[in-house]
Amino acid sequence: MSIPALEVAAGECVCLSGPSGAGKSLLLRAIADLDPHEGRVWLDGREARDYRPWEWRRQVGLLPAESQWWRERVGEHFAEVDDARWQALGFDRETLDWQVARCSTGERQRLALLRLLANRPRVLLLDEPTAALDPTAVQRVEAMVAAYREEHQAAVLWVSHDPAQMQRVASRQIRIVAGRLEEAA
Amino acid sequence: MNVITLSPFDLSLAALLVLLLAGLSWRLQLAMERKLLVAALRTTIQLLLIGLVLKVLFDNAQWWWVSLMALIMLLVAGREVMARQQRRFSGWRGYGVGTSAMFVSSFTVTVMALIVIIGNDPWYTPQYAIPLLGMVLGNTMNGIALGMDRLTNGAWQQRAVIEARLLMGQGAMEAVSDLRREAMRVGMIPMINSMAAAGIVSLPGMMTGQILAGTPPLEAVKYQILVMFLITAGTGFGTMVAVWRGARCLFDERDRLRLERLTGA
Repeated sequence: MSIPALEVAAGECVCLSGPSGAGKSLLLRAIADLDPHEGRVWLDGREARDYRPWEWRRQVGLLPAESQWWRERVGEHFAEVDDARWQALGFDRETLDWQVARCSTGERQRLALLRLLANRPRVLLLDEPTAALDPTAVQRVEAMVAAYREEHQAAVLWVSHDPAQMQRVASRQIRIVAGRLEEAA
Repeated sequence: MNVITLSPFDLSLAALLVLLLAGLSWRLQLAMERKLLVAALRTTIQLLLIGLVLKVLFDNAQWWWVSLMALIMLLVAGREVMARQQRRFSGWRGYGVGTSAMFVSSFTVTVMALIVIIGNDPWYTPQYAIPLLGMVLGNTMNGIALGMDRLTNGAWQQRAVIEARLLMGQGAMEAVSDLRREAMRVGMIPMINSMAAAGIVSLPGMMTGQILAGTPPLEAVKYQILVMFLITAGTGFGTMVAVWRGARCLFDERDRLRLERLTGA
């Protein structure tokens, strides 16, 4: 896949769509520097390879479509809790004691977003972040990303399949078709 | 020492038992008789050959012959470590990681034991050096093979979790820390188990051999304890070094998980 220059401004939300297998997730993985690639990525004029790998991934936070957990309890994945944010997504401090294995897919997906935001990334790469959520939760997640974007002037690249959602959240829409990027009106 | 020499006839009697077993395996359709006979034949030929080699080596106790023998043992063990992993590193890493770890730990431990503890003159006297190295190397080989197999298989199965940890801003070694610990443990367990059971459940082969050959039991036991400790140290250090380096090889300089470095991947 060869991708022409793509720029996302601070505080901007660019929605990325395209058929399955077009390479949307691959593009996000490459930006997060998870796979070897021949492209070049800059953040604030500084190239990715000038950051330490973990520094880069903290600032350029990728939320994969499927969340992964490596400890038994939810709380063991969090160093700190932002009460307002947790409540906004329907959790509280008792959630910290929950067993990850007993959480629903939707709960895990929302918790994964909270886990990512706790790193205070400058860029959010969201891979279908609302795919497993009910309509209320979708609304809450959209509101949370918007608020975070506003507050931290974060750049957001959002992969979505839902045209209505893209209308709601995007400042700009882009499609990947046959390895090319097309700007939508 | 009163060694009772075994005649070829004595050995054939023992071989008869193996033949009997092969016959039974054939009768029960276990399909193991061929493997069994080939393995028995290999054991006979390999041991006879090594007996000859050792006889020549003992008669010519020069350091270069001992070194050559040690090198061959190391290279064969390195190949064996590689062969026992389901998903191993491809290319030089597959051979290099295990073999270098084996070299560092087995040779250090054996040389140290020969110089400091046994204190022969010269220290590389083959009668001591080769059997000791063989035992340490053989067990270290097992530990490293088990540890590396767990590491590479685990990385393959848990790649989503490892990558998720990388995405959260963890460094490569932190993202793989649980797996690394588990792999080291797996490599060390057999040795610890055999130390715990030694003398109660099992009489170790080396000691049994010495006693059968006429050594007083207490002398044989002392040697067995020495060997057990050396084997444990060699296996433990070797497994740690191999898993440590293997874990590093799973990632590139940008801390990306590079599973395509494993074969069968």
